[in-house]
Amino acid sequence: MSSNADPYKTSNKHLAPRPGFVLDVDRTSPPILFHHGDQFKLEKLPAGRSRVIYPPEPLEGLADPEGAIRHALANPIGDSEPLAALLRPDMKLTIAFDDISLPLPPMRRPDIRQRIIEAVLDLAAEAGVDDVHLIAALAIHRRMTEDELRHAVGDRVYDAFAPSGRLYNHDAEDPDGMVVLGETPHGEDVQFSRRAAESDLVVYVNINIVSMDGGHKSTATGLSGYTSLRHHHNVHTMRNSTSFMDRENSALHASNWRMGEVIRDAGVKIFQIETTINNNTFGRTGPLSVLQKREWEWNAKDRASFIAMQKGLEVLPSKARRKIFSSWQAPYEMTSIQAGEVEAVHEITTANVFKQQSVAVEGQTDILTMGLPYICPYNVNSIMNPILVMCLGLGYFFNMYRGKPLVREGGVLIMSHPTPWEFHPVHHPSYIDFFEEVLADTTDPIEIERKYEKKYAEDEWYIHLYRNSYAYHGVHPFYMWYWGSHALQHLGRVIVVGGDPAAVQRMGFQSASTLQDALEMASDVVGPQATITHVKNPPIFMSDVT
Amino acid sequence: MIPQSLAGKRIAITGSTGFLGTALVERLLRSAPDCELVLLVRPGRRGAQRRVDRDILRNDAFDRLRKDLGQKEFAEMAARRITAIGGDVSVDGLGLDDDGRTALASCDIFIHSAASVSFDSPLDDAVEINLLGPVRIAQTLTELGTTPHMVAVSTCYVAGSRRGAAPEEPVNESPFFVNVDWRTEVASARRIRLDVESQSRTPDQLAEFQSKAANELGAAGTPALADKTEQLRTRWINDYMATAGISRASSLGFPDAYAYTKALGEIALAESVGEIPLSIVRPAIIESAVAEPSPGWIRGFRMAEPVIISYARGLLKEFPGVPEGIIDVIPVDYVVAAICSVAARGPQQWPDIVQVASGSQNPLSYGHLVDMVRAWFTENPIYDEHGQPISVPEWSFPGRGRVKKQLERASTMLTRAEKIVGSLPVRGRQAEFGARLAEKSELVERATGYVDLYGAYAECEALYGLDRLLAMWDDLDEADQAAFCFDPRTVDWDYYVPNIHLPSVVKAGRVPMKPPARGGETRPQRLRKQILSPDRHLAAFDLENTLIASNVVASYSWMASRRLSGRDRLRFVLKTMMEAPTLLALDKRDRSDFLRYFYRRYDGAPIDQISEDSAEQFSELILAKSFPAGLRRVRQHRALGHRTLLITGALDFIVEPLKPLFDDIVCAELGQENGTYNGELTAVPPTGEARYQALADYAAEHNLDLRESIAYADSASDLPMLEAVGFPVAVNPETRLASIARKRGWLIEDFQKSPGMHRRLLPLAPPHSPTARGPLEAWR
Repeated sequence: MSSNADPYKTSNKHLAPRPGFVLDVDRTSPPILFHHGDQFKLEKLPAGRSRVIYPPEPLEGLADPEGAIRHALANPIGDSEPLAALLRPDMKLTIAFDDISLPLPPMRRPDIRQRIIEAVLDLAAEAGVDDVHLIAALAIHRRMTEDELRHAVGDRVYDAFAPSGRLYNHDAEDPDGMVVLGETPHGEDVQFSRRAAESDLVVYVNINIVSMDGGHKSTATGLSGYTSLRHHHNVHTMRNSTSFMDRENSALHASNWRMGEVIRDAGVKIFQIETTINNNTFGRTGPLSVLQKREWEWNAKDRASFIAMQKGLEVLPSKARRKIFSSWQAPYEMTSIQAGEVEAVHEITTANVFKQQSVAVEGQTDILTMGLPYICPYNVNSIMNPILVMCLGLGYFFNMYRGKPLVREGGVLIMSHPTPWEFHPVHHPSYIDFFEEVLADTTDPIEIERKYEKKYAEDEWYIHLYRNSYAYHGVHPFYMWYWGSHALQHLGRVIVVGGDPAAVQRMGFQSASTLQDALEMASDVVGPQATITHVKNPPIFMSDVT
Repeated sequence: MIPQSLAGKRIAITGSTGFLGTALVERLLRSAPDCELVLLVRPGRRGAQRRVDRDILRNDAFDRLRKDLGQKEFAEMAARRITAIGGDVSVDGLGLDDDGRTALASCDIFIHSAASVSFDSPLDDAVEINLLGPVRIAQTLTELGTTPHMVAVSTCYVAGSRRGAAPEEPVNESPFFVNVDWRTEVASARRIRLDVESQSRTPDQLAEFQSKAANELGAAGTPALADKTEQLRTRWINDYMATAGISRASSLGFPDAYAYTKALGEIALAESVGEIPLSIVRPAIIESAVAEPSPGWIRGFRMAEPVIISYARGLLKEFPGVPEGIIDVIPVDYVVAAICSVAARGPQQWPDIVQVASGSQNPLSYGHLVDMVRAWFTENPIYDEHGQPISVPEWSFPGRGRVKKQLERASTMLTRAEKIVGSLPVRGRQAEFGARLAEKSELVERATGYVDLYGAYAECEALYGLDRLLAMWDDLDEADQAAFCFDPRTVDWDYYVPNIHLPSVVKAGRVPMKPPARGGETRPQRLRKQILSPDRHLAAFDLENTLIASNVVASYSWMASRRLSGRDRLRFVLKTMMEAPTLLALDKRDRSDFLRYFYRRYDGAPIDQISEDSAEQFSELILAKSFPAGLRRVRQHRALGHRTLLITGALDFIVEPLKPLFDDIVCAELGQENGTYNGELTAVPPTGEARYQALADYAAEHNLDLRESIAYADSASDLPMLEAVGFPVAVNPETRLASIARKRGWLIEDFQKSPGMHRRLLPLAPPHSPTARGPLEAWR
């Protein structure tokens, strides 16, 4: 190990990144780029009452990620010994890692998980540990395919562990593979992977793309099942998480932290490795770089490439567009790594996430606009169905705040997305039925939870598909809907621009063909001179609203 | 006084289940309260008494009487006054038993109104009933040694197609009658039947029926095809006999076989009556009632009605006829009254022939009728299936030839279009379009039939003499005239046609006179509700194109290509594509042969590897190409407590992952040898009739009622299974099944793949990642 060099030195190849920025739109402001699924739109926002929030520019990545990883494993944070000291030859070691939902979009090879797992396995090999299992901690997400696992952990690790059955997807419905470790003081059952629970050490490998990720949630959620999840993935919890991106004010995290304690008290030793990445989603150079530039700084080349891209996408069929975008891999760089005791590690991680993502915003707005991109955590290599559109807008983007929501209570949310009535029959079978059966009946989260959740959660066919095919669990679409329940309660109206009217209507939203129409419709609720705030996300950022 | 004259009389009636007969029975029961009736009906399976109760007394003709008397009283009166006897005029001796003979022997009057009036009845059937029927009655009565007054109902059209006066005279006394011997006609009609019978059994002819059946049903299995072939043969014979009837009739100057056999029947009867006093009543075209038993009362869907409805549907753009020609229509209550009057006044000197017609005294011109029909349907249009009113065409009174030519042209075009659509591999909505074409062409064919048959009537310009009828009318006292009106001069056509007849025609034809109510339940919704009722027992599903858009060839290609790379893959693709047409043809001919032949390809496939690959295929091929609405339907059935059964020709390892969806699976299985499959099926694959058998066996084994069961399938080859259950559902049907399903009113479901999935051109597995390929062995 190179002991003298600073392991956290950044590469410094680029100009000092600028912080986030709030643009007040005036008559000289250029049209603003809106993501619109797998297309883009340029929208002119009304001058004098609109503002646009831009994310900070990508921070520098670590110059020597491998070195930083080794350093972090040897110098743990909080009450933990270095990893090497925790390894013994006769031990049971389980390495759990984040699944396909992180990061978004998938990053270029080598994936951070591969780098860390290889380092952990090197140490395990040095210590002579034989009994090692690798588990994709996907809770009730769909199983990862072979290709996806290879991408995450690398071919070397895959070929060494998968054929012998030591690298696999977590199975929350395996009656023999799950145990209940106990109950929190709040009466919440803590269900956990039996292999992890019976291991002498669980090493968790995380990529923190948003502040919601990591901490006790990594294991208490990632390695659990419906028995545990139902205690915090519900309407009550989500409405009391303001927001779930802000751990201190999140009932979701409070529950996970309580469960984390139960897991610790049950004797499960966890060595948590958390990493942060910058927001270099589309690259500083290259074909998509224009997407993370500020419009008034576009040069002739940017303009040309944007127009070419926009026109090119317009003529392609949606299936071809989807293919193009799903092949995009982000050139993310690791900005920090910290390992050791869960809570101590997570404090630093969260601070590092905010270092990249935080933008100070003054005051709430009447109308919040957002252009939703082609991807969310649950449609990697898949189809962005209407329920996921709802979840991305009302669940994720709406909740990317600390302090108070960007839009005032009773305000209007306008999202731009084509929202096609399309579903992936393999990945999202229960979503199809949820859309056809549940939403056709009611869109009220409480009603949905009361009337339908149990039936879908315990449905044998969905469980079969979750375990043996590549389907999200039967209850997963409910969680998507709950994710948006805080926003649904807070907002006066939701309008989707350019969406399939039938699909939009099914979700109880209003449909507008242009942003101008949508703003006019919004004026019924918030008046004609309402203030407008546009979040130019992605790249992802968090608003600190005062 | 008619009621008094009939008091205490026993009156035997044939044909009482028919239009005229029902009205006659009703009128005698109501207006001649002291007579008794002996009804000679074909007993059928239920027996004569049940038939009288169900097929006569339940008719709405008796509503009036039932209301007047009260339900109980009515039943009591009917029981007291009606004797039902089983018999059949097409059988020598009338097929009577001893009771029947006794009942008949006691009759004072015998009204014979049974006839084969159907426009397309085969020649020999018409001969047996219309020609020989009256003769048999006369013989039987003679044998019984009784001589009741016989009133035989005939038709004005026995006068043949001619212009000018047609008086109330015996057929063979007309100067225009072509003298033929009725016995010879009977013998030839019978012989033609035998000739056609043998002709239909020649190898060539049978081969043709067989190929037609195969065309219609596809690979539905031998029993279903045999059944269809026999149906086609019988239909062919009947069609031939019907044509023979028309030809023979027109060769002798009659409009159709009905008039021809009735004419000869009159001659034969006059020769056979001996001592029995005979009266003949000849009505013209009988239509709905003016007043008795209720205005507009009609039974059955008869002569002019289908023509009128076809016109209102916009199907008959033209109908042949001369506008100034007379259409000789007479309301049914007038005919009934005339018969009662003839029966009451008793026998007269032969020839006692009474014509009941309107043409000579109160003519309704063809042009005027058409104008009234057109005006009425313009005011009260029929609605099409999309709920839009159909506008009726202007009638231009073309000749019969021109109309026929138009129809023939339409028919040729439709047949051609149908053939093209039928040969395309279309399903679902497109296939339904084909089915609609087939329906249209059938309607056109039927319209052509009407033109053939009724054209002659519309063009007939004979004027039927009414001397006897009017004399009889003048002899009636006032009370009789009021109660038994048969004076054709009293019909007000301008009132009768639009206010009485047409409303009753559309009611009898059950045509939609209102746009479908908005928000109301549509027919598919209603059927779906029946299917998804907890009362059902079993839901059986086909797999391919019913639940998934895939087939055995695709899943084989996927399996076989999963572990191929580079050049081998390409070679495999080319080979498969070259074989495709042969495979398709084989599949069309016989599904189980195809499966046997095709599954040979699994010879040598390692079992372990196949089971591993099947697990992947489940996600990548089966679920990816599944119809989510179809899978949801299976689950709905299960949730309702129905047993769910998958019956498929696909292989067990392919459908294995679908197990949690069904209670049971019946599928094909391959034999095994030393850890590999041997490519031979262990049992007959469940296709065609074997699929039906599998379903029937399953139902029997689990004590389930097929009538309370549902079957889902996509092709005509599944007909045996679909026909076996009470609730068949055609899913994305191909053209043949679409047309059958529409005709039979089955539920048609349109299950689609989830939109947005990219389509793979060839059903190949995605190439395996290179590192993984090492230890895997391709077996093809």
